[in-house]
Amino acid sequence: MKLRFEVDGDEFVLAGEASSKLKKVLMQLGISSQLIRKIAIAMYEAEINMVIHANGGFIDAEITPDKVFVSLSDTGPGIPDIELAMKEGYSTASDKVRELGFGAGMGLPNMKRYTDDMKVTSEVGKGTTVELTVFIS
Amino acid sequence: MTLKEVQQHLSAKVLVGEEYLDREVFSGCGSDLMSDVLAFVKDRVILLTGLVNPQVIRTAEMMDIHAIAFVRGKEPTEEVLKLAALKEMVVLSTEHPLYISCGLLYSNGLTGKKDE
Repeated sequence: MKLRFEVDGDEFVLAGEASSKLKKVLMQLGISSQLIRKIAIAMYEAEINMVIHANGGFIDAEITPDKVFVSLSDTGPGIPDIELAMKEGYSTASDKVRELGFGAGMGLPNMKRYTDDMKVTSEVGKGTTVELTVFIS
Repeated sequence: MTLKEVQQHLSAKVLVGEEYLDREVFSGCGSDLMSDVLAFVKDRVILLTGLVNPQVIRTAEMMDIHAIAFVRGKEPTEEVLKLAALKEMVVLSTEHPLYISCGLLYSNGLTGKKDE
């Protein structure tokens, strides 16, 4: 099954809707709640990042019998140093984002924590793609 | 601890989910940083926070958290409460600050030792 979501970059209020929708689909498919929670948290963090850093983008999700694969692509500013961005506590988020409860420098580390495979490709000035995989065992 | 007991210990108002107060929670998570909340998965958690934006509800949803207590007398907008009601959550509001709220629940037995 393939699903595509568009993420609006201007509406922080709506951030998380795509993750919520995917979570609902996974529940309907009868996938275990622990696995759903892992993919939902990782995707939600990535979706929030798209809104606060990159003015939105597109999310493609593919569900097969053995895994859930989610690819999030934006045309935002890109990440100059991915290794640094992966460090817990490192953040470039604005004060406004921090006041909303995000920007603690836990987004990318959380995505890694909850997925079996995570790939980040980014080019400064062009955008970022985050690919998340959780295996269904 | 049932959510009814949580409500009593915190002298809290029930904003949403009166019908689910017999649900039980095993531990609490007190934080104003949603990314920190997202880092620590436990079962049957009540989230205590002073943040009242819609992303608190979204964070809880992703974490399978079905109970939220807003501290320091904070109350979210109707829109946020509607989202919580849609997700069948219990939302409480207490006048106590975060530190006191966590302390009240912990000292009354919500120590997190019953989780998985």
